[in-house]
Amino acid sequence: MPAHLNKISSYENLKSLFFNNMILMFGGFGGVGTPPTMITSILKWGIRDLTIIGNDTGFPHIGIGQLIAEDRVKKVIASHIGSNPIAGRMMSEGTLEVEFSPQGILAERIRAGGVGLKGFLSEIGIDDPYLNDGKKVIEIEGHSFLVETALSAQVGIVFAKKADPFGNLVYDKSARNTNPLVAMASDITIVEAEEIVGTGDLDPEEIVTSGVFVDYIVPSKGVDWKWIWE
Amino acid sequence: MDMGIKNRLAKRAAREVKEGMVVNLGIGIPSLVPNHLPSGYEVIFQSENGIVGIGAAPDKGSEDENLCNAGGFPVSLINGGCYTDSAAAFAMIRRGKIDLTILGSLQVSEKGDLANWIIPGKKVPGMGGATELASKAKKVIVLMTHLDKYHHSKLVKECSLPLTAKQCVSMIITDRGVFTIDKGRLTLIEVFRPYSIEEINNSTEAEFFISPQVTYMD
Repeated sequence: MPAHLNKISSYENLKSLFFNNMILMFGGFGGVGTPPTMITSILKWGIRDLTIIGNDTGFPHIGIGQLIAEDRVKKVIASHIGSNPIAGRMMSEGTLEVEFSPQGILAERIRAGGVGLKGFLSEIGIDDPYLNDGKKVIEIEGHSFLVETALSAQVGIVFAKKADPFGNLVYDKSARNTNPLVAMASDITIVEAEEIVGTGDLDPEEIVTSGVFVDYIVPSKGVDWKWIWE
Repeated sequence: MDMGIKNRLAKRAAREVKEGMVVNLGIGIPSLVPNHLPSGYEVIFQSENGIVGIGAAPDKGSEDENLCNAGGFPVSLINGGCYTDSAAAFAMIRRGKIDLTILGSLQVSEKGDLANWIIPGKKVPGMGGATELASKAKKVIVLMTHLDKYHHSKLVKECSLPLTAKQCVSMIITDRGVFTIDKGRLTLIEVFRPYSIEEINNSTEAEFFISPQVTYMD
């Protein structure tokens, strides 16, 4: 296999892709499906002043929430921060900028970024002063729609159940959530996989994300979100 | 709110769940609704994080950390269920494919406006999926306490809190009774004992009609 088709890497090799003030997109929903070892590594590398884009801010000790708890984040674009009281406190104190999008609109903004579109039109929030603030309105067939802009990032981090060396991915149950969208929407996509399998080991009919979108693959050291319910 | 009252609301809401429906449940009290459905009842529970066909909570010890509902609690998948990504989950919601959503709320107006995502200056959790669910589900039922912690009516003439969605609620179940909203008309249809119509009237800011068929429920 040519080297550029084998994307298996190590955490140490990925360190140089991360820098202060970068835009980072992450997969996951309530911590479930946010790549745990990538988060631990970003914490360890001391990366700060991040702008992060993802469904929610996780929990203070789970998922992306750890970066907020360690004061590494300056801005969040998300649909919900309720499960992370630290994010709420920092927002009230003015130390964390938060931009909310309704959950499905956020997913679609990420998807738009991933499929090469600049945005899309939606009537969700059209008469809501929080949601229509600053957005362009376009009229089609007598109805008004908000222009929702695409989101993209410099690096996207994704959690998958299995990856082959090219980066074809399958996910695991509800840990799929925003991961296939995030996998397409960044300049560089890093996959943390629970299992790395050989070329041809994945059923081509069941691959969810094509390796075309993936740049690097690292093995997961295990999930950290079990105690949400414990 | 004690567990008995929570279960009363959930039990009453379960009567609105019909076989064959695709239903999305909010976190909190709405998540108790499936406990009050007959076993073998054929309903598809959908969730924002990409599950179609949520089954019963797994036994302790057999939870799967990669199979949780939108609230983060472990669930199972029914036979014939499937997983999607978040964009497809919300495609179902915005396309109007959800027959019923059952949500909690901070306030509901007598016209059916829903306010459940922000208390400015106090609590700003974000709207999550509520805006799209409330705007696009075919039927929206709200389960909430009748009064807030300052003993103010949560059923109001006009919401003072920012709206999640306008004129979307068609039924409100509180710890005191059940109201419907049809064509902008709020009507009391059931009273939960030991409350009386007079007590409900005195504790409700919104103007409401009383159904001629109003019933008292235990």
